[in-house]
Amino acid sequence: MTDGQISLRAAATDARTEPGLVRWIITGLAVLFLTVFVVLPLVLVFAEAFSRGVGAYFSALIEPEGLAAIRLTLLVAAISVALNLVFGLVAAWAITKFDFPGKSFLITLIDLPFSVSPVISGLLFVLLFGMQGFFGPWLQNHGIQILFAVPGIVLATVFVTFPFVARALIPLMQEQGTLEEEAAISLGASGLQTFFRITLPNIKWGVLYGVLLCNARAMGEFGAVSVVSGHIRGETNTMPLLVEILYNEYQFVAAFAIASLLAMLALVTLVVKTILERHLDEGQPVSDD
Amino acid sequence: MGLTLTWLSIIVLIPLAGLFIKTFELSWDQFFGIVTSRRTLNALKISFGLAFAAAAVNLVMGVVIVWALVRYRFPGRRIFDAVVDIPFALPTAVAGIALTSLFAQKGWLGAPLAELGIKVAFTPLGIFVAMIFIGIPFVVRTVQPVLIDLDTEIEEAAASLGANRWHVISRVILPSLIPAILTGFALAFARAIGEYGSVIFIAGNLPNVSEIAPLLIVIRLSEFRYADATAIAVVMLVAAFLIIFAVNRIQSWAQNRIPVH
Repeated sequence: MTDGQISLRAAATDARTEPGLVRWIITGLAVLFLTVFVVLPLVLVFAEAFSRGVGAYFSALIEPEGLAAIRLTLLVAAISVALNLVFGLVAAWAITKFDFPGKSFLITLIDLPFSVSPVISGLLFVLLFGMQGFFGPWLQNHGIQILFAVPGIVLATVFVTFPFVARALIPLMQEQGTLEEEAAISLGASGLQTFFRITLPNIKWGVLYGVLLCNARAMGEFGAVSVVSGHIRGETNTMPLLVEILYNEYQFVAAFAIASLLAMLALVTLVVKTILERHLDEGQPVSDD
Repeated sequence: MGLTLTWLSIIVLIPLAGLFIKTFELSWDQFFGIVTSRRTLNALKISFGLAFAAAAVNLVMGVVIVWALVRYRFPGRRIFDAVVDIPFALPTAVAGIALTSLFAQKGWLGAPLAELGIKVAFTPLGIFVAMIFIGIPFVVRTVQPVLIDLDTEIEEAAASLGANRWHVISRVILPSLIPAILTGFALAFARAIGEYGSVIFIAGNLPNVSEIAPLLIVIRLSEFRYADATAIAVVMLVAAFLIIFAVNRIQSWAQNRIPVH
């Protein structure tokens, strides 16, 4: 009872902030929660990776299987980012600079891969290209392998990373409007000239932002790729898939060594993202002038 | 334009259509039989139930974290702010093995918890922990900008009119945060239902006990029982659409309602 009265009285004296004790508890809870659930798992990745020393760490990385996984991950990410960069630019351009029926449906479709379980994303391609799938028998007859091979991995990755570039660009280009483009065209510039001289320079930070997030997800995707990959050692294992295999075989140092590379990718992505966000925020008032 | 639509249909529309055509190849009885079989039903219950509980924890802790980050100054505040994004950025398989090792019987947190008689890794509690990990940025990143933009003048006005701090928070601040809090909750819930990578390592994956729906899809696929996998996927997809729909409704409700009286 007295406790309640005291805190009520303290609150009444200053209703613009909480009593010191409450502030302390809230801050403590926030810090404790983030430390337990986020910081500790991240620290653990590096601690486990180096638990047998630096030598063991690097020898785990240069295992042929490890190198093959790294190579495949880089290849898949490069293809997916390139395809989605082109698509994202065109989609954002079409959506923000033109009016057409079905526009909001198009935006919903672009967002779709974000809200679908990665496993379902993988399943979609199994249903299309698997042996019982729609194109499976035809592909089999023509000797084309999509599922359990690199093309399937690329397709699944393109699907899950599909929204990133377009999502980064749509709000940016909406805000910038079409005035500058209209001016350029009225001065006699062609469509392509307008795009490369006016639109692209205006959105370059947004493009980098989308590519950054797209790349991070492409390299780290697990669920969708796991369903379509077939887990052929040294051939269709990307880095996240190899992490799973090594971990399940109790090769903890090797699993966490590969995982540490992916964790570093995540950290670098976050740092660059912060820098890009600063550029995007600065870019805003300039484009308004 | 043409390119956009072509690319979109190759990558998104055709696969989706494939899923629905595959579903319609099933008779209603077959579909119903698969979805209500004991193992499927349990997997769906585990995924939805634990995802809901984890999103509820994220709702409360997310608001606490946002409050601390926005309203208070403490050492390391900016670092903890950046840390919130890690579950977004860290590949799910990496998060999965890290959480498992952390909470395993001999892990940094698993060992002290084991002494208390609490087993996290390889139990439903482990699924719950992984879902909390994956969902926290959704609540924080949707609520944070709203609290930052909230005008402190209204609070000061309420205070000068004699409201105590609790009244200011419950009558003035919380009502303006509620749409963002609900949106964050829905996003965290949706993500946790579909989550695969960060959950399967720590889950134990015992059928009917700690087997999540996405894993059951993968298992059915590996058994070549495509119909079963498809039926489960359709249930999850419909749930995902309902959640997106709910989020859109919350957003338009928030935009249309009169700002704080």
